[in-house]
Order: sequence, then C-alpha cells, then structure tokens
Amino acid sequence: MNLHILGPFEPYILPMIYAVVIVLVLPLLAGYIVLLERKVMADMQARLGPMRVGPHGLLQPIADAIKLLIKEDIIPDEADKAIFWVAPLISVTAGMLAYAALPFGPVFQIADLNIGLLFILGVSSMGIYGIVLGGWASNSHYSLLGALRSAAQLVSYETAGGLALVSVLLLGGSLSMRRLVQAQAHIGIWFIFLVPIGFFIYLVASIAETNRAPFDLPEAESELVAGYMTEYSGFRWSLYFLAEYANMIVVAGIATTLFLGGWLRPFTSVSWRAPGSTIEVLDLIPSFVFLFASAYCLWRSPRQPVRIQKLVMVLVGLLLLGLAGLMGWSITASLAIRHGVHGAFWFMAKILVYLYAFLWFRFTFPRYRFDQLMRLGWHFLIPLALVNVMGVGVALVLYWQYGWGLGPSLVLTTLITLVVAGWLAVTDDRRQAAAALTSAAGGGD
Amino acid sequence: MIPTSHYLLLSLALFTVGVIGVLTRRNVIIILMSIELILNAVNINLVAFSHLYGSVTGQIFAIFIITDAAAEAAVGLGIIIAYFRNRETVLADEMDLLKW
Amino acid sequence: MPGDLMLNIVLFYFFAALAVVSAVLVVTRKNVVHSAIFLITSLLATAGIYLQLEAEFLFAVQIILYVGGIMVLFVFVIMLVNLDVSLHQLQFNRQWWVASLLALVLAAQFLIAIWLGRGAVNLSPPVAAALQPNSELIGQKLFENYMLPFEIASILLLVAMIGAVVMAKRRI
Repeated sequence: MNLHILGPFEPYILPMIYAVVIVLVLPLLAGYIVLLERKVMADMQARLGPMRVGPHGLLQPIADAIKLLIKEDIIPDEADKAIFWVAPLISVTAGMLAYAALPFGPVFQIADLNIGLLFILGVSSMGIYGIVLGGWASNSHYSLLGALRSAAQLVSYETAGGLALVSVLLLGGSLSMRRLVQAQAHIGIWFIFLVPIGFFIYLVASIAETNRAPFDLPEAESELVAGYMTEYSGFRWSLYFLAEYANMIVVAGIATTLFLGGWLRPFTSVSWRAPGSTIEVLDLIPSFVFLFASAYCLWRSPRQPVRIQKLVMVLVGLLLLGLAGLMGWSITASLAIRHGVHGAFWFMAKILVYLYAFLWFRFTFPRYRFDQLMRLGWHFLIPLALVNVMGVGVALVLYWQYGWGLGPSLVLTTLITLVVAGWLAVTDDRRQAAAALTSAAGGGD
Repeated sequence: MIPTSHYLLLSLALFTVGVIGVLTRRNVIIILMSIELILNAVNINLVAFSHLYGSVTGQIFAIFIITDAAAEAAVGLGIIIAYFRNRETVLADEMDLLKW
Repeated sequence: MPGDLMLNIVLFYFFAALAVVSAVLVVTRKNVVHSAIFLITSLLATAGIYLQLEAEFLFAVQIILYVGGIMVLFVFVIMLVNLDVSLHQLQFNRQWWVASLLALVLAAQFLIAIWLGRGAVNLSPPVAAALQPNSELIGQKLFENYMLPFEIASILLLVAMIGAVVMAKRRI
C-alpha cells in the first residue's frame, strides 16, 4: 500500500490496524469460547447446553455480556479503592499485551520482536499482580487466601513452562517467534515430535498457568467461593474473566508456534502436486474442511425444529461455503495471499485443537488439592524440565560434534528423560507416603 | 541521540531517592525496596555506558546485578519474616535488642 | 529520520519522569502496598529505558526477574506481615533531616563528577550496531568471557535459596 502521505507514521499503520482488530475481536472471541466450552461440556455430559438464547444458544455470550454490564457495581466497604479499581485492569492489560508478539500467520503479526518469546513470557507474568492485588484489595480472608494460592501456583508453573520452552529454543536457535516457525519449516518436522516431553511439560504448565482445571483450586466454586474474584461483580468480574480467556489463547498461541509448527501446513516439506498443475494437494485441505462443514450444516438445516434455527443453519452453511471458496481461490492467487490466508487458517485450527484439549481436560480430571499441585510443580515438573533441557543439549552435541543424526540422538535422550521421569514419579510417591505416615504417627510439625 | 549525561543524571536522581529512602524510613520493607531502587539506578548507569561504548559488557554486569538483587531480596525478606514471627514488628527503630 | 529521534526523546523523557516520580512515591507512601506498586511502576519505567537504549534482552530480563519475580516476593511478604496499626505510626525516623542532607551532599558530589567529565561522556554517535543481535551477543559473551561470574552467580542463588528456606521455616 502506498501511504507516503503519512510520512513518518507509515511503518506503524498496519500494526496499529492489527492491534485495533485484536482488541475489538478478543472480547467477542472470549465470549464465544465460553459458549464453546459450555457446549462441549454439555456434549461430554450427554446434554445440549445453552439452546434458548438465540438459535442453538449462539446469542448466549451477548446476553451474558449485557447482563454483566448492567449489574450493580459493588465495592466492599473497607476495600482499598484505588487498588480494587486497578487490579482487573492489570490482568486484562497483561493478557492483551502478549498478543503483540504472537504470529497469527506469516503476515498477521503486530511486531516481530527479536525477543518475542521472552516478551510474551514476561508480560504474561505481569498478570500475577492483577490476581494478588485483586485478592488483597477485596479486604476479605477468602479473597486473600485464594489470591495468594493462585499467585503461588502461577509462579511455580511459570518456571517449569519456561524451562520446557528453553529446550525448544535450543533447537530453534532464536527467540523470535517467526524464526522459530521458520526453523521448524527448515528442519521439516514440528518440534512436538522432536521434543515430546517438552510439549507435555508445557501443556501441564500452561493449564496451571491459566488456572484451568484440574488446577483451578483457587477459583473453583466449591472451594474458596471464587477465590480472588469473590468480591468483584459486574463489569470488573468480566474483565478478570476476559483476562483468563485471553491468557488461554496466548498460551495456546505459544504452544502452537513453538511445538505445533505455527502457521505451517502439516507435512510442509512434502510437495505432492496434482498431476499436470502446480496446486499442492495438501493445500486443498482447508477448502475441503469448510466444504464438509458447510455441507453438514445445509444437510441438517431442514431437520431443525424451529424456523429461525433453520435459517441460521442455512446462513452458517453459506458462510462456510464462502470460506471454502476463499481458501480455494487463495491457492490460485499470488503467493503472498495464499501464504497469509492459509497460514492464518492453520494457526487458528491448531489453537482450536489446543483449546479443545484444555476443555477436554476440564471435564475429565478431578481437581488437584493445593499441596498436591505444588508438589507436582516443584518436585516433578521442574526437575523433569531441567533433565529435558540437558537431554536436548546432549542430543545437539551428539548431532553437531559426533555426527549422529538429529532424530536418533533426540530419541535416545527422550528415552533417558522418560526413565528419569518415571524415577521422579516413583520416589516422590514413596516420599509422600512416608511423610504421611510420619506426620500421622508423630503428630506433625 | 540523547547524550549519555542525561542517563547519568536520571541514574543519579534514582540513586539519591533510594539513599534517602534507606536512611529515612522506619519500615524495614520500605528500606529493602529503596535498596532495590539503588541497584536499579546503578543498572541504568551501566546500560547507558554499554550503549555509549557499543559493548554488551555493561548489560552483562547489569544482569548479574539483577541476579544479586534477587538473592538479596529473598534472604532479606526471609529475615524479616523470621523477625516478625518473634517480635511482631517491622520497624527498624524497634529492632534494638543489641543496643546497650 | 527525525521521526525516530523525536520518538526516542519523547520515550526517554516519559520513562525518566515516570521512574523518578514513582521512586519518590515509593519512599513517601504510608501504605506499604502502595509503595510496592509504585516500585513496580518505577521498575517498568526502567525497563522502558533499557528498551530505548537498545538493550532488548535486559528489558525482558528486567520484566521477568525484577517485576515478575522479586516484586511478587515483596508483595507476598507485605501481605504476610501487614499490620493495620502501621498506617497510624510515624513513617520517618528521628534523624531524617541529617540523612537527607547527607544524601543531597552525596548527590552534589556525583553531580560535580559528571560535570567535570562531561566532555568524555557526550560522545556521539554511539556505535549502536555493535549491540545487535542483542540476545546472541549477550549469550556469547556470557558463556565465553564471563563464565566464572556466571557460575559464581549460580552458587550465590543456590545459597540464597537455602538461606531463604531456612529463614522462613517455623522450626529448623
């Protein structure tokens, strides 16, 4: 775009447009992820979920948002008003600021910082203050305890998650998010297959980082009321909620970029062309996915019980058809457009898969008790992450200096790390059982 | 470009505020926070000179200082917690058991 | 480009003002939690200054370690030892004017030193290209030239960890 009239502001226009789009779209996206969560929860519990507000419950997030906005704003009497006011803002700001370095595709990135990953980690760790100060400012015992527990959990699992990411950085060679995806394209395999233990550690750590089940003790309804969010109502609570879901998407974005290949199509290095043309068969997958979804919607639409639901199904089907057409057209269009559109599709798809895993875990696993949580973080995950980093380092030394292949050396070190993980789990269990016995017999500390 | 002396003056201002904080306040936690301010001021000084001479040595020194500050804050706060458990006070004026 | 220079100047004065004002507020607040929050703001402003000085890795380290680690520790301890009665006690000790005088004399000494060395310090333009790529250079220097301080720092952290755990135990 030729924007010379803007002079010194020219390099800032496109990033600002992306930033504005993200800030506007994010609350809507968070609301619809909540709807998705309720529908998935319902599906796993053999029921239907929200169906009343709007066809198939599609307007439920809008109704929830309106309800939260018009609720009365209650501030506890003895609360520290300034901190009470500022705490949700810190959470939301820290959550949204991390989007500045996330690559939503090869083109849609606000800023390709050369310390991108470190920036996202640092800014996400600022969210702890929103929790701690919110719990403190509420001037209530439950809030303070919940806040301190939550903050302790976040700090513990931050270390483990960071170390898991370090093992990937050894292979990727740079902190810039874009370079990490390019490193995966260069090596040809996604990092999840090279460092699966790192992915597992990061998965667990990210669930604990975002206070999701099974690590949601600080904010579970049957525990300390709602933890640090107890005294917040209406719009302030919705800010905390938005911050939590924004954090979830950021964490999914980091995992996607580092472990799942970012915007790369599966089998990037495989070039399987349709005979007699330059179209890659694997590039047709997005269009087929949308075509299939659209056909399903249009096929099911006559069977809807209510007329408005029929109409909405047809509209959604047509919308998906349009998206399929967009995917198909962009294959034949210029390389930049194809890269941008398909890259964004694959990135979103991978984030949705990762978030689906989050939702799945929430409705599958029972909650961890707080001391079990801390024990898991400090006694199991951090040593495992350290051994994992050492293992990847050893594998790289074998690869560079002794001429082994990257695959075999990584497989060897992964096996050794798995043995160490097993040993850690077994000894921790034994130590825990012994401690329980002595504390029961001796009367405790 | 901004002349390095501006950075030195900023560092001096933060250092002075930190020193006044250490020498003037009674609450030991605020004294520790003022010490962090002093260390921070020194860091700005180091990074300004690293920028001036184009060498990362200043930044590496600053990283070590941050590491040191973390260690010192941890131990200092541990001491404060231990003292608070025994004497119920965090005011430096009241910690006078060793006075004659 | 004049736009870049303007941006540099605006950023520097903004962050510098924020840092100094926050520092003054740290030292003068009655409520310890407020002091901690203003220290966080001051540290963030310092991180901004590092970014403006093209020290990107240090910017990230400052936020992760100082703001996200040390200050969280401070805030935890403040919440554990908080006394409501402390809001009504004297905040400054009895020798505050002597202390301030001495601090200002010290500052005056530094000012004289800066003034005397002003010729050597105002060199321009700095060889900023030698600081890029920042993380890689720091990594190289840290593991090649400064390996010994690095190891000593690790031992220091280990000792500090053990010390803090022992200090905070109820029964050793």
